[in-house]
Amino acid sequence: MGFLKKKRWQRRHLVETFMKFIMRFSLVIVAGSLGLILWIVVVRGTPALSLDMVTKIPEGGYYMGKGGGILNAILGSLYLASGGTLLAMIFSVPIAMYLKTYLGDSKWGYYVRLSLDVLWGIPSIVYGAFGFTLMIALGLRASLLAGIIILALIELPIMTRAMDEVIRRMPIDLEHAALALGSTKFEVALRVVTRQMLPGITTAILLGFGRGIGDAASVLFTAGYTDRIPTSLMRPTASLPLAVFFQLGSPYPEVQQRGYAAALILTIIVLAVSLGSRWLSARLNKYTIK
Amino acid sequence: MDAHIQVKNLNVYYSKQQALKNINIEIPKNQITVIMGPSGCGKTTLLKTFNRFLELTGGTQLTGEVLVDGQNIYDRDVDVTEVRKVVGLLAQRPSPLPMSIYDNVVYGMNIHRMKKDRKEYKAAVRHYLEIAGLWDEVHKRLHDPATSLSIGQQQRLCLARGLAVEPEIILGDEPTSALDPISSQNIESRLIELKKQYTTVIVTHTLRQAKRLADYVIYMYLGEVIEAGSAREVFNDPQHERTRAYLEGQI
Ligand SMILES: Nc1ncnc2c1ncn2[C@@H]1O[C@H](COP(=O)(O)OP(=O)(O)O)[C@@H](O)[C@H]1O
Ligand SMILES: [Mg+2]
Repeated sequence: MGFLKKKRWQRRHLVETFMKFIMRFSLVIVAGSLGLILWIVVVRGTPALSLDMVTKIPEGGYYMGKGGGILNAILGSLYLASGGTLLAMIFSVPIAMYLKTYLGDSKWGYYVRLSLDVLWGIPSIVYGAFGFTLMIALGLRASLLAGIIILALIELPIMTRAMDEVIRRMPIDLEHAALALGSTKFEVALRVVTRQMLPGITTAILLGFGRGIGDAASVLFTAGYTDRIPTSLMRPTASLPLAVFFQLGSPYPEVQQRGYAAALILTIIVLAVSLGSRWLSARLNKYTIK
Repeated sequence: MDAHIQVKNLNVYYSKQQALKNINIEIPKNQITVIMGPSGCGKTTLLKTFNRFLELTGGTQLTGEVLVDGQNIYDRDVDVTEVRKVVGLLAQRPSPLPMSIYDNVVYGMNIHRMKKDRKEYKAAVRHYLEIAGLWDEVHKRLHDPATSLSIGQQQRLCLARGLAVEPEIILGDEPTSALDPISSQNIESRLIELKKQYTTVIVTHTLRQAKRLADYVIYMYLGEVIEAGSAREVFNDPQHERTRAYLEGQI
């Protein structure tokens, strides 16, 4: 064993120890912040959480601490995010297909992907302002539909890029294997390609949904806010992020507490959606070819 | 010779370059034919003309005829999925479908609606996994992902999957080149066992494998067939200088 030098505190070991420390430190900061956020939301929101909160709309004097709930915002957010996600999906699937089939890794493919990545990074308030300007120009009022359209625009880049990555990772051998057995192209698409890509597509959709449901700035301008439950695409609608925002800004402590309860509800929805998607992807992923 | 595949005046072009030049050969029924030749001489291309896989590559052009049982598979009214059902392919690298071991074998039978009920499918899965020599290894985990198998097992699964659609011809494009020696040997033994019932065409780059498998040999060079004949004749007494050089150069 004589040739094995005893570990001494050389520079390389010091560097490694230092780097490890930095990584652990960052991890603690991230996990700690997340824990703190959850802690505050739970501690402050739970007392105000009641059956009324999730089953009733604001009654007279609600914003001064009287009875009612935020069912209007819960439903509004679900409608906005689902509608936006559905609309974004209708456009992102063909765009992703077009990117793969016709643009590929060409110069234009590069530019389109770059644009999508830039769009991804644009703050949502800019989308909101854009939507607002457009609506004024067209003489439209704030409505559920306008909110859905603007959320679809916000979600489109994430979903398209996520699907693009999924499609790009589709092994060509797989199609050939199925064709070699005498499949029609339709059977290949339906039975093989979809199976391979479904987990990735699910993830892409839920990424979009997650961004949509949490967004306050864009719906503030485009969907407005109302105490009623949305019944028409043409009327304004409430949303959870804005319910949090308005109530936290209130001078009444009871109302502030309800703001935290609204945040808790939003957090639970987002958590449920992401855990659900994890579970679904893992199940669907079992058979995919890596 | 009882020819199963006849190739007549076959020319193939990739965009501008000609890959196959006036090929005229016959492939004997229920024997193993081995296609040999230096890399880039057109072996894969020739094989791809037998199951109409060439048309998956854009910009290719083909003239001439490939007859299977006397019928030109390039005739206008021929259904390409029927061609590929009759002419199976074992690819260079195994590529299992994104589903369980069981469903991989069922897939082809299912799209061609070859069985009536679950019981028949189950029996068929067992039958073909046994033929491929995989049953004993996988019968306890039929519903595991196909990717959980080793590469060698995956290739045998692909063999079972291909045989399940009841082809008459098996094509193999260097089907053992991605495998370890033991798995290669396993596949070779399967092919030899199966040759009584199937016409087999194998491309190989190893001369030893060619000698172990071949009943009939086709030697190609720069897109042309230089020599074709029974294994005994070609290996023992090649008629052409190029074939002789290839056989000697590799030994
Ligand atoms: N997709 C393709 N596009 C253009 N040329 C090709 C393509 N595939 C093969 N070729 C050319 O055709 C010739 C024969 O190739 P191939 O059949 O793959 O040879 P082998 O299998 O004997 O190595 C080679 O010169 C190769 O460069
Ligand atoms: Mg080849």
